[in-house]
Amino acid sequence: MNRFSRCAALLLPFSLMFSSTLSAGEMMDGHDGPLFHVLRLQIDGAQNDEGGLVTWTGSGSLGGDLEKLVVKSEGEIQNGHVERSEVWGLYSRNISDFWDVQAGARQDFDPHAQTYLVFGVEGLAPYFIETGAHAFLARNGDVSARLEQSIDLLITQSLALTPHLKFDVSANDAPEQKIGAGLSRIELGTRLRYELTRKFAPYIDLVYERALGNTARMIREGGSDPGDLTLRAGISFWF
Amino acid sequence: MRVSLLVFTFIGLAFASFAAKAGEYSLVIDRHDVDIGGRHGDMIIVNGQFPGPLLRFREGEDVAIHVTNRLKDDSSVHWHGLLLPGEMDGVPGMNGFGGIAPGATFTYHFKVRQSGTYWYHSHSGLQEQEGLAGPIVIDPAKPSGIQAAHDYVVMLSDFTDERADDIFRNLKADSGYYNHSKRTAGDFFRGMGKDGIGATLRDRLDWGEMRMDPTDLADVTGYTFLVNGKSASANWTGLFKPGERIRLRFINASAMTYFDLRIPGLKMIVVAADGQNVMPVPVDEIRLAIAETYDVIVTPKDGKAYTIFAQSLDRSGYARATLAPREGMEAPVPPLRRRAQLTMADMGMGSMEGMDHGSMSNMDMGGMDMSQMGHAATNTKPKESKSPAEEEQAPKGWGAGFPAGEKVLSYGDLKSLTPQKDLREPSREIIVHLTGNMERYIWTLNGKKFGDAQPIELKYGERVKLTFVNDTMMAHPMHLHGMFVQLVNGQPAARLPNKHIVSVPPGQSYSVLLTADAPGEWAFHCHLLYHMASGMMNKVVVARMSAEAAR
Repeated sequence: MNRFSRCAALLLPFSLMFSSTLSAGEMMDGHDGPLFHVLRLQIDGAQNDEGGLVTWTGSGSLGGDLEKLVVKSEGEIQNGHVERSEVWGLYSRNISDFWDVQAGARQDFDPHAQTYLVFGVEGLAPYFIETGAHAFLARNGDVSARLEQSIDLLITQSLALTPHLKFDVSANDAPEQKIGAGLSRIELGTRLRYELTRKFAPYIDLVYERALGNTARMIREGGSDPGDLTLRAGISFWF
Repeated sequence: MRVSLLVFTFIGLAFASFAAKAGEYSLVIDRHDVDIGGRHGDMIIVNGQFPGPLLRFREGEDVAIHVTNRLKDDSSVHWHGLLLPGEMDGVPGMNGFGGIAPGATFTYHFKVRQSGTYWYHSHSGLQEQEGLAGPIVIDPAKPSGIQAAHDYVVMLSDFTDERADDIFRNLKADSGYYNHSKRTAGDFFRGMGKDGIGATLRDRLDWGEMRMDPTDLADVTGYTFLVNGKSASANWTGLFKPGERIRLRFINASAMTYFDLRIPGLKMIVVAADGQNVMPVPVDEIRLAIAETYDVIVTPKDGKAYTIFAQSLDRSGYARATLAPREGMEAPVPPLRRRAQLTMADMGMGSMEGMDHGSMSNMDMGGMDMSQMGHAATNTKPKESKSPAEEEQAPKGWGAGFPAGEKVLSYGDLKSLTPQKDLREPSREIIVHLTGNMERYIWTLNGKKFGDAQPIELKYGERVKLTFVNDTMMAHPMHLHGMFVQLVNGQPAARLPNKHIVSVPPGQSYSVLLTADAPGEWAFHCHLLYHMASGMMNKVVVARMSAEAAR
């Protein structure tokens, strides 16, 4: 896939979502109240052994209290080369005070194109722990899952420390994606964010990423280091 | 032929009586840039004024109010606290009223059946936040027993240059968006020093387990608070000569703000609540819920200035005005008090007895006792001797934070001046749980959003008890249109005060009695604007028994 079509594919769910505002409004009439949209983006840069690393995480949502359409994207660019990129498109439905169930699709472009069905939950666990847990069924039948959690600890009203973790688990080997069965990848980090405004905050993020088990072995065989500790600097904003 | 003649005669008669007795008023709603001390907001103005002009009626008057909408959106005017036919109440979607379309004029026509202090505001979207509000004063048909040399409206409001739609969206995206007083690591270590690590940690974990925030006193901040449209520095001033009696008509016309109001150096004699006369209560301070009105009499003896000081519940600022013998005089402005923090008791935890519907002196307990406990150290000191920074800990509890020895008006103090006429026992009790999901910023009644819930149906003439049980950690000023409720406040049945707003503190409960004597569809909602907008509203239908039902 060339760069242009990849870009287009990455943006497609977002553009679909916003062009569908009207029909969504008609679909979710009155009872769900007015529709709201929020776009969040977090992008940072770091220097690691291999050179420059850029990572991004973004999400957009459009909907009412009960139903939302959600798109997400995240990925890594190493030395100008996209190493990992994925886009999710989800239908999200509120089922209790703090939880949404979500279902939809995920498309990975890098390191290897793959399409998944997604099913999961997202919400706020007790003790204010932001939580997302999703299972993936790949087109080729591979099954995997991801758990993400984070918590905001306020140092002052504008300075927050956010420990965060992300676990990837795979039920089977997926060699073309360099993923082995078991706990395949963990990411632990702690982000220090300074809110210049509620909607705009520069941050630094100390992140330790590590591939484990068969995944680590495959990465090592490819000549890379399965572990990476980086200090990232970036900005997060929403509107 | 005969019929048309009859119709013409009828119209002619109607017109004649209309022309003879009706007071004609015109309100033109428009949009304009408003500058409050350098903060510019694209606000709604009425007859070129911000906030809207005073409407002064006389009890018994037939009024015709022509409201012209020059906005790009539908608008409406609701006459808050007035007893009138449902179709004149001004709530779009109720009693066949569809709002006032852009460019259209709607004439409200009703007979004024009461006297007192009220107000009007939009009931469309979030226009109330944008300034569509103004005072109403109705003079009694017979001269009042309340004599005063001066009669001033003191209308409080919360002004922001942020668009109301943006505020709502920010709350939906992050319900803590406007809370800049959250608990921090510093608070944790201070708490550890004072209460020990065990208690501090347990407290944090208790709140964390519920995913709730004890600092959540106000959903929206960043307001500039106004008196009659003037900021604290513009200092609205009411004039007097020493020894004169002044009637002040306080109206809380804010969208989202509770005020603690006092006039240092002056005792306030409360003579009316929500427009209805009450037996005089001398107080030092009033916690003014959103949309409540209180009339007080003050009698300054000295020829000096006095500050009317109304600090917001979250202590983010204050409204200020002055009473003075001459224009331009000023009195000291007191410092803001320390912001209170909610406790588990405010959540109804550990004090479920407080939910007993029979004894309704909750506000007394919550307001006074707790403040005295929390401020034992300050008891012997004169008022306001401590600046906020000198106090070590935030006052604990919703009703805390008033200086000891000061008389704060409590609902239990209110006694109707004229005896209540309907003393029947209620035939049934309707429980209304005040509910919500702060995290998602969804506010509800009995867990249901407006539109999802069944309307509350009352039979015409029926006497019922409504009990509000606040399951949330915010106070909710509950408002019923069309009829006064009698607040069950521990006073004898004949002296229960009439109210159109009942403020129910966090974790507490209040009962009111209601005679369903106004047929129609009546809005019933929390008067925190964004709570109502997110769903905290229902419809009360008072139905005359239909032919079918009677058969």
